[in-house]
Amino acid sequence: MANNLELSQKSTSKDTSNLKTLQKRKAIWAYIFLAPQIIVFFIFSAYPIVMSYVYSFYEWSGIGPLNDFIGLANYQQLLTSERFWNSALVSIYYILGTTVLGVGGALILAIILNDQKLKSKGFYRAIYFLPVVTTTAIVGIIIGSIFGINGFFNQLLVDFNIIDKPIPWLTDPVLAVIILIVIGSWKGLGINMVYWLAGLQSIPNELYESAQLDGAGFWATLRHVTLPLLKPIAAVIILLSLVSGINAFDLVKTLTNGGPNFATETMDLFIYNYAFSSQLGGGQVRMGYASAAGVLLGLFTFVISMVFGAASFGKQIIKLKGNKKKKGGVKAL
Amino acid sequence: MITTKSARVMIHVFLLLFGIVWIYPFVWMVFSSLKTNKEFLTSGTKLIPEDFQWQNYSEAWITANFSGYFWNTVIFTVSTVIIVIVLSSLTGYALGRIDFPGKKTIMICVVAIMFIPKGYTIIPLFKLVNAMGLDNSILGIIVAESSGAHVLFILMFASFFANLPKSIEEAAEIDGAGVLTIFTKVMLPLSMPIVATTAIMQFIWTWSSFLVPLVLTISKPELRTLAVGMENFVQTYAVDFSGMAAGATISLLPVMIIFIIMQRYFIEGVAGAVKS
Repeated sequence: MANNLELSQKSTSKDTSNLKTLQKRKAIWAYIFLAPQIIVFFIFSAYPIVMSYVYSFYEWSGIGPLNDFIGLANYQQLLTSERFWNSALVSIYYILGTTVLGVGGALILAIILNDQKLKSKGFYRAIYFLPVVTTTAIVGIIIGSIFGINGFFNQLLVDFNIIDKPIPWLTDPVLAVIILIVIGSWKGLGINMVYWLAGLQSIPNELYESAQLDGAGFWATLRHVTLPLLKPIAAVIILLSLVSGINAFDLVKTLTNGGPNFATETMDLFIYNYAFSSQLGGGQVRMGYASAAGVLLGLFTFVISMVFGAASFGKQIIKLKGNKKKKGGVKAL
Repeated sequence: MITTKSARVMIHVFLLLFGIVWIYPFVWMVFSSLKTNKEFLTSGTKLIPEDFQWQNYSEAWITANFSGYFWNTVIFTVSTVIIVIVLSSLTGYALGRIDFPGKKTIMICVVAIMFIPKGYTIIPLFKLVNAMGLDNSILGIIVAESSGAHVLFILMFASFFANLPKSIEEAAEIDGAGVLTIFTKVMLPLSMPIVATTAIMQFIWTWSSFLVPLVLTISKPELRTLAVGMENFVQTYAVDFSGMAAGATISLLPVMIIFIIMQRYFIEGVAGAVKS
């Protein structure tokens, strides 16, 4: 600031006013550029977020005015509902299962594919990434057919004499949850693999070379060089996997639709069923009740992000601050 | 890292075999779509059909209205991609390139948005779209899908624009170009890599979007997208297995082809996202 002032005193007043109007004009343009995003954000994001909280305090079928204020009754009912707790449990199983399988499996694959001498890397990477780009709702339907009682998978197992009679993969409560986890992990593994590869490629080659000079083998290098250096990115990958596991709706809706008898109903499917399906929501549409469950799911996500995000994002904010200081310095000059 | 030749061959064998299992569901889907329904049920694990039943596709396309779902999805996806690129490039440019009062506050808000517990916003969104009278047009789904702040894309644009050299603007300013001209004629063309990454990532997300079109087309079958139409098809024609497979192939093949052609952009975009 002081520098700027000195500069402007030295230069002619005409220059200063030109510079000022130019900056003012630029600032006005900045607001014009921001306006569409801000308007859209307030109407279609901020308003719905606020209303999702407001609805949760009402008993409301979604039709007619919002006039039956019931305070925290929806929350009380949710917290004593066995079906709600079951859906929370299924969600937790799914989140943890897909994170362990999907993130862990992806790390192994990424370490294999990161080998510099390996040929046709791009080809393998594309194959393992392919499920990521496919529409989950369609995949759910296809997989549902493959794992059906007379589906391809049972026929394969019978043909190879591994089993005598078909296994009810999707109609057994425990097996169905396992299938959901396996398919969810398969679907998301490719993206985690690319994240890990990005992390692996940021490790400088010299470190591997010096490890080799020190006589470290593959496993020793992995344990003492690679894995410790992947720690910061690991936190981000795990966080992203946990958060994406919370949104299992597309897969669960099309693969098991929560069945058998709500055994595989995740939290987001629970909410959908109460909000939009009177059949599966206990006979009537209850948007207030569903909204309350949505708020609880939002808080649940928030807590997970805070706990696992603290480590990785804390560092990022420090980096951002550093950058800004640098820019400020340039401006003052 | 791995030195012996036999170990190398083993790794290739593993990657290939596992890779075949990995994408087998899609191979199975394509070949099942070319079987008759009877063959689907009786051919066991045999992959290749006796006769290729290409008419399954014309039946799915015309009779089961997958053509309608397909074009709805195309309009829905392309419009959303364009809106998202316009919104996030403008926002990213303002935040990354221009100094103005209140910038810091907005930056903090952009990052904070990621952390707000959002509740179940699809219910208010559903009510809002209906109240705006958009429930009878595809515009309602487009607006609902492309709304919200696309924090990742905004940050990608902002950091790209922030890192361009100052001289680019100065040269254009000397020529008398205004902010808008500089943005559309100079800056936006320079940011093509970011535009491409945003386009392809948003394309695949929107093509696969399920909840928003499902909820917003509950009473409007003619507006359904492929994912929603497919779910409905399975509920209506539970025994038409090869029709199901044909519909699924129609739905998945476009994204798969686009991914195979543009995989570099996509994988690099994803990798860049986690790095930042």
